[in-house]
Amino acid sequence: MSDPSESGTESPTLARNCTVDVVVAAIVFLLGAVVVVEARRLGAGWTSDGPGAGYFPFYIGLVICISALGIMVQARLPKSRDDGPFVDREQMGRVLQVLVPAAIYALAVWGLGLYIASALYIALFMIVLGKYPVVKSVVLAVGVNVVFFLMFEVWFKVPLYKGALDPLHFLGY
Amino acid sequence: MEEFSALLQGFAVVLSPMNIGLMFVGIILGVLIGVLPGLGGANGVAILLPLTFSMSPTSAIVMLSCIYWGALFGGAITSILFNIPGEPWSVATTFDGYPMAQQGKAGQALTAAFTSSFVGALVAVLMITFLAPLVAKFALKFGAPEFFSVYLLTFCSFVGMGKGSPFKILASMGIGFALAAVGMDTVTGQLRLTFGQTELMRGFDFLIAVIGLFGIGEILLSMEEGLQFSGKSARINAKVVWETWKELPKYWVTSLRSSLVGIWMGITPGGATPASFMSYGLAKKFSRNGPKFGTGETEGVVAPETAAHAAGTSALLPMLALGIPGSPTAAVLLGGLLIWGLQPGPLLFVEQKDFVWGLIASMYLGNLVGLIVVLTTVPLFASILRIPFSIIAPVIVVICAIGAYTVHNAMLDIWFMLGFGVIGYVFKKLDYPLAPLVLALVLGDKAEDSFRQAMLVSQGDLGIMWANPLVGSITTLALVMLVWPLIAKALGALRQPKVPAQRPAN
Repeated sequence: MSDPSESGTESPTLARNCTVDVVVAAIVFLLGAVVVVEARRLGAGWTSDGPGAGYFPFYIGLVICISALGIMVQARLPKSRDDGPFVDREQMGRVLQVLVPAAIYALAVWGLGLYIASALYIALFMIVLGKYPVVKSVVLAVGVNVVFFLMFEVWFKVPLYKGALDPLHFLGY
Repeated sequence: MEEFSALLQGFAVVLSPMNIGLMFVGIILGVLIGVLPGLGGANGVAILLPLTFSMSPTSAIVMLSCIYWGALFGGAITSILFNIPGEPWSVATTFDGYPMAQQGKAGQALTAAFTSSFVGALVAVLMITFLAPLVAKFALKFGAPEFFSVYLLTFCSFVGMGKGSPFKILASMGIGFALAAVGMDTVTGQLRLTFGQTELMRGFDFLIAVIGLFGIGEILLSMEEGLQFSGKSARINAKVVWETWKELPKYWVTSLRSSLVGIWMGITPGGATPASFMSYGLAKKFSRNGPKFGTGETEGVVAPETAAHAAGTSALLPMLALGIPGSPTAAVLLGGLLIWGLQPGPLLFVEQKDFVWGLIASMYLGNLVGLIVVLTTVPLFASILRIPFSIIAPVIVVICAIGAYTVHNAMLDIWFMLGFGVIGYVFKKLDYPLAPLVLALVLGDKAEDSFRQAMLVSQGDLGIMWANPLVGSITTLALVMLVWPLIAKALGALRQPKVPAQRPAN
């Protein structure tokens, strides 16, 4: 998997597949362990009226732990080891470009409601990342949300979240 | 011919102006979903599910299943014109579809793809029409152990038929079951795995998981690649369609074989994606034009498209007859049944005749409508792909957020959706399969219930899984599937010495 044109010239690899594999497997193992412990607490054995609440989750937790160990072993073995790049810096940057604004967007939804937050999100995304003219971005963002509004509130009568501040209160929906 | 008259009645239910209208709306939305990156059959249907809360169950399922057909059709458009599979099951379509488009034969390729999709679906629907009632009748006699053995078979098949590491399949499935266990235990009323958080009492809804894993995850993946769409233009006119149709009957053997592969992979939860690859591989091996595959053979488009559509359609058989979905999209449709107040399972054929036969009739009509819609509107949908990604991406994130919110009107679900998106992104990159996770999340509670009931009957003796020939053979088959990767390895090791002699170095 050592392609010279891929590594080195463009942007540095941040992580390799085998490393990420082990890290993810470790997290999966932890999850399984939590399930096992919690299932034991709930009662993984046989109660007076049949299998306890933790009976089934206990075995599920065991399956998760065992398969996580299996993945770790496979990731380390030379035969199945995958040294390919998981992500390089440029790719990571692009992913975060979507993920971070999306998280901020989710915060904004809480305060401003879905419609306003969505319009702001689309417009800002287009202006900042897409380098579109401001007017075009705003018109498109508002247009998309008007369509959503008509579709959800008016046509299908499914009310969406208007936010803690409810800035669209004046519309009467 | 009991089925036939029931089917006619189904047509009578579906053929109202309202339902026909919803069918067109569904197909168009579906093709749109299939064309857009980040939206696919499963999460598209999940997002649009809340729109149907106020409809009658029959109208709702007509629209939702049409979205599904539309998405199946739409995947082919991007594969052929842009060499970008809009859906995983259309990856194999790019092998010959894109070369055809490069040679200026995009029209033929698209016509062949759409027509074979239609044929694959038709064969599968015919099979459903006659087989589903029988399976349902048979399943009426099932008790808890039988149901658990079928669940077991479903999940073990993932391991037996999946590619890649069996441990990753098991882990993904286990995570699904663990997430399904979060919340109130249906039997004892105890709170499980909530760690004192009241917000977790509701548990994790699989619709949120589907929207996050497939929607947000896909957007992150496409963003990472820094997608630049550059597509071939497509013009389809009646002459091209007619000439391609005249050519297609030549490939009837391939069509039939692909349909059967698709049906088999659809009923067992292999799914549309492996079905399309398998069918492409078989066609390449058996066809006279085999060596030319990959350079723009019509037959190389016919094979994967027929199989993908046949698999996508027949995944609805176990969902209808047993209440056990064969694919993530079927799982979402099953979730819809519960929301509309219908109890999935074999009794559906007895208690909800109108609904079941309406759905089956709409499969026939929906695919016909789909074929007409896609053949006439391809240029329109192709132009959507020319919209830059920096506009598409935020709009899709917004659509996913709205979809996630409307499921329970809960803000927290939007955060869960983002979390599942990150999981989906990492899992896709590391080759963890997502379908087992989703199906385990959907079926977790039911599988657990039937397991507990079976254990109650037998007072904890696992021998009940072999108590009669039926349950015994299903359980045994499931266990064979579970250890199949080991068996395959052992068989391979036995055959090893002969292989180098037969196969020239490639």
